[in-house]
Amino acid sequence: MTTTTADEPMFQAWDVHKSFGHVEVLKGIDMSVERGEVVCLLGPSGSGKSTFLRCINHLEKFDRGEMWVGGQRVGYRPHGDKLKELNEREVAQRRSGIGMVFQGFNLFGHRTALENVMEGPVVVRREKRAVAEQRARDLLGRVGLADRVDNYPSQLSGGQQQRVAIARALAMQPDLMLFDEPTSALDPELVGDVLAVMRQLAEDGMTMIVVTHELGFAREVADRVYFMDGGVVVESGPPSEVLERPREARTQAFLSKVLA
Amino acid sequence: MTATPVTDSPARPAFARDARVVVPTRHPGRWAMAAVILVLVAGAITQVIGNERFQWDVVGDYLFAEPILQGVARTLMLTVAAMTIGVVLGVVVAVLRLSPNPILSSAAWAYSWFFRGTPLLVQLLFWYFLGALYPTIGAGSFSWSANDLISPLTAALLGLGLNEAAYMSEIVRGGILSVPPGQAEAASAVGMRRSQVMRRVVLPQAMRVIIPPTGNETIGMLKHTALVLVIGYSELMTSASLIYSRTYQTIPLLIVAALWYLAISAVLSVGQFFIERHFGRGFSHHRVSRRGSRATRKGEAVA
Ligand SMILES: Nc1ncnc2c1ncn2[C@@H]1O[C@H](COP(=O)(O)OP(=O)(O)O)[C@@H](O)[C@H]1O
Ligand SMILES: [Mg+2]
Repeated sequence: MTTTTADEPMFQAWDVHKSFGHVEVLKGIDMSVERGEVVCLLGPSGSGKSTFLRCINHLEKFDRGEMWVGGQRVGYRPHGDKLKELNEREVAQRRSGIGMVFQGFNLFGHRTALENVMEGPVVVRREKRAVAEQRARDLLGRVGLADRVDNYPSQLSGGQQQRVAIARALAMQPDLMLFDEPTSALDPELVGDVLAVMRQLAEDGMTMIVVTHELGFAREVADRVYFMDGGVVVESGPPSEVLERPREARTQAFLSKVLA
Repeated sequence: MTATPVTDSPARPAFARDARVVVPTRHPGRWAMAAVILVLVAGAITQVIGNERFQWDVVGDYLFAEPILQGVARTLMLTVAAMTIGVVLGVVVAVLRLSPNPILSSAAWAYSWFFRGTPLLVQLLFWYFLGALYPTIGAGSFSWSANDLISPLTAALLGLGLNEAAYMSEIVRGGILSVPPGQAEAASAVGMRRSQVMRRVVLPQAMRVIIPPTGNETIGMLKHTALVLVIGYSELMTSASLIYSRTYQTIPLLIVAALWYLAISAVLSVGQFFIERHFGRGFSHHRVSRRGSRATRKGEAVA
């Protein structure tokens, strides 16, 4: 799938702008994520984190700028000196190599945990059911749900559903995983299981962009942290700098609020 | 607030000598109500059966008579065929209606506006008399005489089916809108194309909302088929009326027709039950599917 050479970044964004109507919610975002790197995106609610993440797999269109994943342009192709939207098939093909985990899990309600994980490989990649099923069972085992394969989402706790959702994304063998506040909808005692799965994934070398309010996770797992506010990146760097010694007043204010 | 001592468990009050068992609540009122209803129904049935002006012997004679059975077969065929057209076309119109393309969605809106806004009777007659408006259909060497093409049967199927599609499209649209948008997003995110998202994720879950009103539509269609009388196609009601206009045994023949409609509705309702159960999988609150419950029990044993 990937056409990057080893030293080329897995993900790059330049000057990404996005408006909803007259409101500009992304005002020129630059970002670069190396292969195997974990980047956490922090920032107050409404700062544009979800919108940026959704632009990466083209669930949201943007108005200006460029995004590249694994050496391929996301969402658009050059057309003269402008960009033109890719067609539906190309957009779907790009998405299949990018895993996404949502705040609200969004498991397919009419399918069991196993079927949820098999759905992508069988429908999109046209894999043989037996092959897809074996990998789905392995993945569900890896997220600690080997005994829940036949349960429907309504029979699973939030934490279990989110782990199935992670397995579903991994089943497509993505180059990049996107997480949009994966633990924000969970009861506090269930957060740890999901974070543990994500930590393991990071250790296994997955490239990840994680929107989160879990500062502990960001501190321990992230290679770099981006702090966003009002549609711009205010500050970025290793967590030891951004979280421990923030330079910008807005970062300091946000951190003191989250830690309070 | 006065300070209360903190203990691990609340002190057991003096009146709680033993942990008590909860007995199931009894419903004596329900039994009394059931008895009353049973008596009323039994009374009504004996009264109706005992009334010889209903001419039950005539009902018996005609219930399985050849023309009546033929009428039943045609009613069933019309219902199934018109509903099939209605459901398939209705899904297409609903999907177009929700399309981001404004031309397609306006066209779909106009379709259901037109076919819901004119009387079914007018539509049936219109299809039947299409030959008077357009003597030939097609172009060049591919043209047919409308009178050959539009038989009473094709006019009946066009009239009933296209009209039904307009109603079904609204039902299907409601079903599609009832599926949370996160479902389609998650399906797109794994790389499904729009048609796959619709077929594999949205429509199967929309079915839970679509099925009950579709059951209504089907049972309604069963009786609306009687309208094809006006364009000379015959079905159950036509067969019954042909007989009573000859023999003047109006009431018993209406009873024959009613009994058949009731029987078919009963069969359709049973079918609806099974279809609802199929599409309810993963969602029912009362019933856990067999596969699911086994896994749950296994899971609990491990946990
Ligand atoms: N579909 C939409 N239509 C209009 N405005 C939107 C839409 N989605 C998000 N927004 C707005 O864009 C801004 C950024 O939202 P979001 O990316 O969800 O922020 P965050 O994830 O950081 O909380 C917010 O002001 C929000 O109200
Ligand atoms: Mg958000």
